Amino acid sequence: MNSALSIDRLEVAYDHFRALKGVSLEVAAGESFGLVGESGSGKSTLLRAVAGLAPVIGGQITVNGEKLGNRRDKAFYRQVQMVFQDPYGSLHPRQTVDRLLLEPLVIHGFKDIEPRIIRALDEVGLGSGFRFRYSHQLSGGQRQRVAIARALILEPSILLLDEPTSALDASVQAEVLNLLEQVRRDHRLTFVMVSHDLAVITHMCDRLMVMQDGEEVERLSAPDLSARRVTKDYTRNLLVASEGFRRTA
Amino acid sequence: MSLATMTRRDWLLSERPQSRMQARLGRTYVTWRRFSVNRLALAGLAIILALLVVAALADVISPYSPVIGDLRGSRLLPPGPEHWLGTDGQGRDILSRLIHGSRLTLFVVVLVAIIAAPVGLLVGTVAGYAGGWTDAILMRMTDIFLAFPKLILALAFVAALGPGIENAVLAIAITSWPPYARIARAETMTVRNSDYIAAVRLMGASPLRIVILHIMPLCISSLIVRVTLDMAGIILTAAGLGFLGLGAQPPLPEWGAMIADGRRFILDQWWVAAAPGFAILIVSLGFNLLGDGLRDALDPRGGGQ
Amino acid sequence: MSTMLEVEDLSVSFPTRTGMIEAVRGISFSLGRERLGIVGESGSGKSQTGRAIMGLTPPNALISADRLEFDGIDLLNAPPQLRRDLRGNRIAMILQDPKYSLNPVMSIGRQIVETLRTHEDVGKAEARDRALAMLEAVQIRDSRRVYDLYPHEVSGGMGQRAMIAMMLIAGPELLIADEPTSALDVTVQLDILGILDRLVRERGMGLIFISHDLRLVSSFCDRVIVMYAGRIVEELPATELANAEHPYTRGLLNCMPEIGVGRHPLPVLDRRPEWAL
Repeated sequence: MNSALSIDRLEVAYDHFRALKGVSLEVAAGESFGLVGESGSGKSTLLRAVAGLAPVIGGQITVNGEKLGNRRDKAFYRQVQMVFQDPYGSLHPRQTVDRLLLEPLVIHGFKDIEPRIIRALDEVGLGSGFRFRYSHQLSGGQRQRVAIARALILEPSILLLDEPTSALDASVQAEVLNLLEQVRRDHRLTFVMVSHDLAVITHMCDRLMVMQDGEEVERLSAPDLSARRVTKDYTRNLLVASEGFRRTA
Repeated sequence: MSLATMTRRDWLLSERPQSRMQARLGRTYVTWRRFSVNRLALAGLAIILALLVVAALADVISPYSPVIGDLRGSRLLPPGPEHWLGTDGQGRDILSRLIHGSRLTLFVVVLVAIIAAPVGLLVGTVAGYAGGWTDAILMRMTDIFLAFPKLILALAFVAALGPGIENAVLAIAITSWPPYARIARAETMTVRNSDYIAAVRLMGASPLRIVILHIMPLCISSLIVRVTLDMAGIILTAAGLGFLGLGAQPPLPEWGAMIADGRRFILDQWWVAAAPGFAILIVSLGFNLLGDGLRDALDPRGGGQ
Repeated sequence: MSTMLEVEDLSVSFPTRTGMIEAVRGISFSLGRERLGIVGESGSGKSQTGRAIMGLTPPNALISADRLEFDGIDLLNAPPQLRRDLRGNRIAMILQDPKYSLNPVMSIGRQIVETLRTHEDVGKAEARDRALAMLEAVQIRDSRRVYDLYPHEVSGGMGQRAMIAMMLIAGPELLIADEPTSALDVTVQLDILGILDRLVRERGMGLIFISHDLRLVSSFCDRVIVMYAGRIVEELPATELANAEHPYTRGLLNCMPEIGVGRHPLPVLDRRPEWAL
């Protein structure tokens, strides 16, 4: 198996709180992998650790065959990019869309800046009419599209998605999920996606891992989950909960 | 809709700006509209603009020389048609001295702002973003400066550097950056862990680039507000130094020094001290009103429309 | 079933610098002792509807209605004193995030006692007993310990239970719950809904459940109102949701991914301008 991302007994601690207690996983190139769990399960921490945004105290992360240390170099960010949960918080409040997309190109010394920005906006379905808007002039869905465009503009091979649609309305969520599937196909991307919503994860991912309290509960394939072939009670509870309220008495 | 049929206002408020320029102008226009609904802030702005005009045209509009008086015929004259604000102990026209003094006031205020604000901004943002030891060292330094009363510290510096308006400016600047560093650090702390800063880190940006290009712009508006509000304090400190004889030296018409000068006659010829006092009052008030208005207009939390 | 709340042609609008924003545009419905769900996406006016009934609309907003009556009391023209008495006493509201609706510097128990004593003339000891009983009613097992805790010391689910206890202590007849579980984990969410369901049933309260989640609402409520752009586009019994007629309701139901149903790409909502007319 050609592995894009491999994580071996990863441990993360914030001060004395152990957010991740030795989690391992392997994601093949081109695969879409999901992480499910409730708040405090460590699923987002895992993504942030890969991106270099969380204090790793143990374990090893390997990306495209290269072992990562504590520091990430520029080249790493050409391979791995991330889309954040809250589209209201992930765009700089004082910068136009143009400026947001320009920044990565300038940092990495791209020459053909104009066509790249235009192409990136077209790709996420925004068009050039949005290019000089500030983020407060955009709706939640449009912001998330900008965030996706920004993540794709460096042409990474791995995209980390941290609850990319949980702050959006259901109808907008559908549009963004479709867009993500589209760009994944077009760029042959590897996805690692975090969500609390089992339905979203099964829709988007080939395989998934259920997490609780910084540890793995179980690993499943999407078809297994759809057929409800789960082994752990915790996963079963999540499945039941995702079906809505049921009157008991 | 063609460009020709759009009014300028529509163009500025356009939801779909066509260029960087238009986006920037549009934003400025929105800020200006927020500012301009505040009458008091406009009054403050008018005072400051008037001060600028007076300073620029001092040579043209002042009726007499600010430094050479008529010692024989016109000492300590009360306000009247000849001398609108009267004359001082050396027979100099007070109005002319006030007009020329506005230049010194502006000189002090602008220089202090230019020196102190960037220093404070840099120290604060670097400390806030770096955290750890850097933060501890920079902030303890700031604390040491803050522990002394401003005027006393400025006095100490002037005493060391020697009296004179340039040294007064330097002394005031040295004593006024710490609050700016505090503000910049506090702002930095609130944004450093935000997703949009994390996103820039994920672009591969260096810490210096993040601080200068992404964090500083967020701190600038609150800093501008604070500096504007501090202008009054700076003027007063400069006046205080002048009053103590450590700021501008005679015969320069610095307002604080003018009050010190008038102290001797304060009971019988009140106008000698009152006129510069009043000028200080008005200009301080102008800066305060302007600062208040800017705070409302630039508040990032009101960032929407 | 007796009607408790009567809403006729309710409108809420906000004057802004760029013109009027009409959040709610002439909606009518009535409520008995039942569970009514109001569903819509952000900006549909669902929350402003709840706030208007509760009397929590921001002061700069303009409210108009042909009728806005609670138990025969004209809410729009009621004096402020009467509205305050109604609020908490006979009409209560639960908001999305307990963090923002509980007082951070007062212990949970004291907040519940305070609420009770502002509405009823009861002694201290009795108030305390009733607060403890209420905490137990929302399935807080360790009620004596939680009584003395401050809001930041409890989890989101516990905070929301405390909020429900506080809102229900005075025995309101109508409860408005605005996204009461959206900030919570799915498993906790169901516990909270279970508690709400039991209390509403046992006490015979009327409930308005405001949410963005059409499926959740339909599994919890008797009747569902779907709002779009400040108007009601459809009103139907919860069990009939599958037979919804309005394309918006259908689209909203359709566009959510479902476990075991692989649809790639997901159907998206094709918003028609005529829906917003």
